[in-house]
Amino acid sequence: MSEIAERKLVRSWPKLFQRFGILIACPGCQYGIAARLFCESMEELGIERRTIGIAGIGCSSAAMVLILTDWVQAAHGRACDAATAIKRVSRGRLIVFTWQGDGDALAIGTESTIHAAVRGERITVIMINNGNFGTTGGQMAPTTLIGQKTTTTPYGRDLKVEGYPFYAPEYMAAMKGVAYTARGALNTPANCQRTKDYMKRALQKQIDDVGFSYVEILSACPPDWHLTPLECQERIAKEVIPAFPLGEFKDVDRLE
Amino acid sequence: MSEKLFVIGNEAVGWGALMADCDAFFGYPITPQNEITEWFAREYPTRGKIFFQTTSETSTINMLYGGAAYGARVMTATSSPGWALMQETMSHMVNAELPAVIVLVQRGGPGQGTTRQAQMDYFTVTRGGGQGGYKNIVLCPASVQETHDLVQLAFFLADKYRNPVVVLTDAVIGVTTENLEVRRVDFGSLPAKDWAVRGLENQPDGQSRLLTCSQGYGPNLTHPTFLALLTALDKKYKMMKEAELRYETHQVEDAELVLVAYGYPSRVCHEALEMARNEGLKVGLVRLITAWPFPYQVVGERAQKGSKFLVVEDSLGQMLEDVKLGVEGKSEVCFLGTFARHLPTETGLIFPERVMEEIRRIL
Repeated sequence: MSEIAERKLVRSWPKLFQRFGILIACPGCQYGIAARLFCESMEELGIERRTIGIAGIGCSSAAMVLILTDWVQAAHGRACDAATAIKRVSRGRLIVFTWQGDGDALAIGTESTIHAAVRGERITVIMINNGNFGTTGGQMAPTTLIGQKTTTTPYGRDLKVEGYPFYAPEYMAAMKGVAYTARGALNTPANCQRTKDYMKRALQKQIDDVGFSYVEILSACPPDWHLTPLECQERIAKEVIPAFPLGEFKDVDRLE
Repeated sequence: MSEKLFVIGNEAVGWGALMADCDAFFGYPITPQNEITEWFAREYPTRGKIFFQTTSETSTINMLYGGAAYGARVMTATSSPGWALMQETMSHMVNAELPAVIVLVQRGGPGQGTTRQAQMDYFTVTRGGGQGGYKNIVLCPASVQETHDLVQLAFFLADKYRNPVVVLTDAVIGVTTENLEVRRVDFGSLPAKDWAVRGLENQPDGQSRLLTCSQGYGPNLTHPTFLALLTALDKKYKMMKEAELRYETHQVEDAELVLVAYGYPSRVCHEALEMARNEGLKVGLVRLITAWPFPYQVVGERAQKGSKFLVVEDSLGQMLEDVKLGVEGKSEVCFLGTFARHLPTETGLIFPERVMEEIRRIL
C-alpha cells in the first residue's frame, strides 16, 4: 500500500480540456483522447492563451466543445482557408491550428488543405482519420481502405472503381512548404505518447515559423465500423496501421 | 484631407477600401474585375496591409470568413462565375453573423457567358443566392465617385449589422474613367467587435469565443434554439429594410412614365430623360442605390398615381420582377433589356436613343 501513497502526480487534468465535452462523442470514439493530448501539448508549450482553433464540419466539430480555446467553425473542408486568413490578419501573432476529419480535410477540402501545405502556410493541421464519414453514417472517405465496407461501398472499396486511399502525410512530405508531417495512433499508451510528441513537434514548427505542419491520427469509429470499441482497437492494429504506417514523414528546421 | 484622381471605377473600389481602413483583400483573378485585384496587389503591401491571391473564389470567400472572425475589415472582388462559387459561404457568414464586403462586377451569363458588361446576377445578390434563404444589403454605384463612396458605406453597414454586404457594379462602371475625390466618409461610430476571435490572451473578459456557421444546430448562449436564431436574423433583415433603403428620384412628380434602372443603364436613362423632357415628354427616373432593400413603396406610389414604368436593365428581366412587385398590377410595366443592345455581340450596349425610342412608343 505504501507504493500507492508514494505515487506522485505527473500530469494533472489540462485546464483547457472540457471534461464533460466527451459526452457528445459516441462510445469508443477516440476524439476525447486526441483532444486531451492536444490540450496537454498546448499547455506544455505555453501557447494555449494565444492559440485559435478552426474546426471543420462533421464529427471533428466536437473539438470545439472538448478544447476550451477560441474557436472558429469553418465551412465544410475550408478550415485551412479560414486558418490562413486568421494567421495573416493577426500578422502571425497567433498560433492557429485546424481540427478536421478525413472527409473534411481530404475530400471536400482538398484544395484548401493542399494549397495551404504547398504554400507553406504557418498553420498546424490535426486530421483525425477514422476511415469513413462518421456524422453522416459511415460512408466512404478518401481514407477508406481497399476492400473496406461502408454504406457507399457496400461490397467493399474496389480499387478499379473507387481508386486508392489518400496518404496525406506521405504526399505532403514532398511539398517544399511543409516542415513536418506525421501519422500517429491512439490504440496503445505508447502510441498515445508518440502521437502527443508529434502534436508538440508540429506546433513547435509553427512557433518557430518554419512552415506548414500536419499530424494525422488513426482513430476508431465503433458505430459506423459496426464493431465494439475493443474490436475497433484490434482492427486498427491488424488492418489500419499496416495500411497507414505510423511515424514521421518529414521533419525539417528550415524550408529549402 | 482629400486627393483628386482621374481613375476607372474598378480602381475607385481600392481607394474606397483604403479610406474605410479595410485591412485585407483576398482575391482570385476574373474579368472584368482584374483591375481591382491588381490595385490591391500594387497598393496594399506597401501600406502594411494584406493582399492575398487565393486559389479559387471558394477559397477567397472562406478566407474572408476567417479574417472577419478575427475582427478585421476584409473584402474581395469578383465577377459572375466567381460570385456563384461564393454562395455557400455567403450563407455561412450570415449564419455566423460575420461582416465582409464583396464587390461584384457583373458580366454576361449564363455559364462562362461573356467577360463584358451585363446585369445578370440581380436575382442571386438580392434573393440570398446560397442555401437557406437570407438577406444581405446590395449597394449599386453608378459612377466612379459613387463606387468609392459606397464601398466605404458597405464596410460600415457590414459591421453595423454583422452581415456581408455586396457592392454590385458592372463592366461599364468598372472601366469608365472619371474624376475621383479620394476622401474619408464618416458614417458615425460602431460598437467594438467584442465577439471577435482573437485568442484568450486578447479577450478583455478572459472568456473564450466561438464563432460558428452552425448557429441553430445546437444550443448556444446567443440563440438557444433554431427558431431563436431565425427570429434574430429576421429582426435584423427587417431593421436593414427599414433603415438602409437608398434610391434617387429625378422628375418623378409629374412623370407619366417612370424609368427604373441601376448601374450603367441608369446613366443611359439620365440621358434619355433629358432627351424626353426636351421633347416635352413627362418622364422621370428612379435609380436604385440599394437593390436590396428595394424601393417598393416609391414605385407603388407612382403606380397609384397612374405613372407607367419602363425598366431598363441589361438582362432578360430580373429587377423587372421587383418593379412589378412594387406596382402590384396597378399600372403598366414595360421592359427594355439585353435584346435592346445596339449589337448582337458581347460588346453591345443599350444606348439612350434606344431608350428614347421606347419612351416615344409608350407615351
